[in-house]
Amino acid sequence: MDWKRFGFIALIIAVLFTIVVLIGGKSQPAILIISSMLGTTIAVATPLTLGALSGIYCERSGVVNIGIEGMMLAAAFFGWLGAIYMSSIFGFQALPSLLVGLLIAMLTGGLFAALHALLSVTFKVDQIIGGTVINILAVGVTGFLNRQLFFEKGSIFGGQVPHGPGTFTTIYIPIDKAVNGLCGLLGSDCSVAAKAASDVLSQKPIAMAAVLLVVVSHYILFNTRWGLRTRAVGEHPKAADTVGINVTFMRYANVIIGGALAGLGGAYMTLESIASFEPLMTNGRGFIALAAMIFGNWTPFGAWSAALVFGASQAFQIKLQLFRELIPAQWSFLQNAYVVGMVPYLLTMLILTGIIGKNIPPAADGVAYEK
Amino acid sequence: MPETEKNNSHPRGFAGLLKAAADAPLIIPILAILTAMIIGGVIIALVGGNPFAAYIGLFQGSFGSLKAISETAVWATPYILAGLAVSLAFKGGLFNIGAEGQLALGAVMAAWIGYALPDMLGVSLPKVVHLTLSVGLGMLTGALWAAIPGWLKAYTGGHEVINTIMMNYIALNLTSFLLNGPMKDPNPLNVSARTPEIAPSARLSPLFEGLRVHWGFIIALLIAVLVWWLLWKTTLGFEIRTVGANPDGAKYAGINVKRTIVLTMALSGLLAGMAGTIEVTGLNYRHELGFSIGYGFDAIAIALLGKTHPAGVVLASILFAAMRNGGTRMQFLTQIPVDIISVIQALILLFVAADAIIRYVYRIRGSEEKLVLTRGWGG
Repeated sequence: MDWKRFGFIALIIAVLFTIVVLIGGKSQPAILIISSMLGTTIAVATPLTLGALSGIYCERSGVVNIGIEGMMLAAAFFGWLGAIYMSSIFGFQALPSLLVGLLIAMLTGGLFAALHALLSVTFKVDQIIGGTVINILAVGVTGFLNRQLFFEKGSIFGGQVPHGPGTFTTIYIPIDKAVNGLCGLLGSDCSVAAKAASDVLSQKPIAMAAVLLVVVSHYILFNTRWGLRTRAVGEHPKAADTVGINVTFMRYANVIIGGALAGLGGAYMTLESIASFEPLMTNGRGFIALAAMIFGNWTPFGAWSAALVFGASQAFQIKLQLFRELIPAQWSFLQNAYVVGMVPYLLTMLILTGIIGKNIPPAADGVAYEK
Repeated sequence: MPETEKNNSHPRGFAGLLKAAADAPLIIPILAILTAMIIGGVIIALVGGNPFAAYIGLFQGSFGSLKAISETAVWATPYILAGLAVSLAFKGGLFNIGAEGQLALGAVMAAWIGYALPDMLGVSLPKVVHLTLSVGLGMLTGALWAAIPGWLKAYTGGHEVINTIMMNYIALNLTSFLLNGPMKDPNPLNVSARTPEIAPSARLSPLFEGLRVHWGFIIALLIAVLVWWLLWKTTLGFEIRTVGANPDGAKYAGINVKRTIVLTMALSGLLAGMAGTIEVTGLNYRHELGFSIGYGFDAIAIALLGKTHPAGVVLASILFAAMRNGGTRMQFLTQIPVDIISVIQALILLFVAADAIIRYVYRIRGSEEKLVLTRGWGG
């Protein structure tokens, strides 16, 4: 990831933010619009960040994974199901129910990933087809169980969706108190700045974990023995094998770690963002995550920044809906949710054209290893 | 199938029979279907249903009566065309996940020509002209939509898997915008996102009085023959297959690889677009939001199950159509959600893609040529 790319990303994000500030500036101070949009950007980028990290672990070890979408969808469903079971059948409190749901979501992601590893590492099936199988299987299984459990009269939930445990709540970081206190000492009023800082930093737990995992993944990949071995089997499995690294084990392990991360991304959708499941609710975010991974040149920080672009374009959408009334007549197309809804997908395609330099995947990415 | 060493001392009994059958070309798909149905049956039993009753309902609903057979053919029509679209792209080494979007936009265009053209021109058109224009322009729309990711693949390296999926979502937004806005049926009773009905001059006739199966089914079968002819009897088909098998070799042999990639995607989109236009002109007489959800993904499974061969695609389409059509009857009779069909289809796809599993379970030797799609990202 070079500075040109980061600059390009900053430019796109700046353009999106500027448009919203120009429209909404009449009703709110610009700094509050920017901070709340930044907070939303970080939050909605979460599944993309996690999906991209998932892709990085898989592909750095040499396994192409286009099944992230399916892993997320399955994890979103089973995590949600687990949380509902805990709260409405076993009568647990909200937080333990959600935590169990989170665990189940990550296990589901890992399990689907293990299937992907079985197909691509052991059976050496073409990895794009293997990923497609995962995607279609996830749609089928979640659609079937969703209807069977919640819309059939004889089921355990009596044919209706029970009241679940809700979602994770925001972790409040008292940055606003700190800023206010500091300003109080200096004798000036900066309650706006304090609120802005709090808007950005106070996030829900999975969103926070995602940012943390970006840093951790960077460290693991580039500063540990595990990371070195992972990259070795992804670049030159034969050489890695020669010096005694178990290629099959490393690939299985990394694909399953990736699956668990995708599962965490799925958990975001049903346990943190909204408290319900809808068929096909991932809406292509698993694929956008892959695009972020590619644009980030298979590095955690690069992928995260690309994920933020898509997060910003979603935040853009959300804010425009909010400021609907204020959109000037000559920009009326921005009022149409369908038109604005195309933005993240168009940006994905633009980014993939490689207008900012070449994307270089791991050398053995997608190639099954034959001894 | 390549020659495998013959083992003359077949063991007797079931295993021997299987070993003898192992050389038949259809054995893997058939065993894949069988295995998927067995696992599907286990799942049905696990959720408290009766798998036998379910499968009987499935069969009744798909082939049990003249009407059921007609409906199966109605389902099979877009499957054949979309399955051919995905297969053709596979032959050229490209993975077109975008059939869904190409199909939807083809349908939108066909519907628009179908209802708006006579008013715009102020004359009623003869059927030959109107229907041809409607289907033809719909197909072209699909071709153009698919050519974009083809061009991006050939000239910028943007991977078609991601780009076609992105274009599915863009097509969905575009269709939603059009069907909720400028193209919405102005009838005051209408609340859904759909176009007005197309003029009678833009409609394909039904094959038989009283049944819904229409000429589109026959057309789809003819197109399957045409695709076979294109792929194996023409220079273009040879170029497509060569680029698919070995792009570097194709380049060395003097084939314009980039042009062929764009052309392959465009042809694939042409077929997918046709699937959409036939649905509009032969069946629904309008385009409605959400009618095509899932055709694109089913088409991938169909192409893989049919081993990307037109004849295989036709057979696989009829099987999938029968399952989709019979699924409704099965749900009605046994209360098993129709979504179990998606699970079974995914399992079929799993076993066809990973034929090693089937070979292992049923102890079948030998290996077929494999589809190679993963050639790295971005590049």
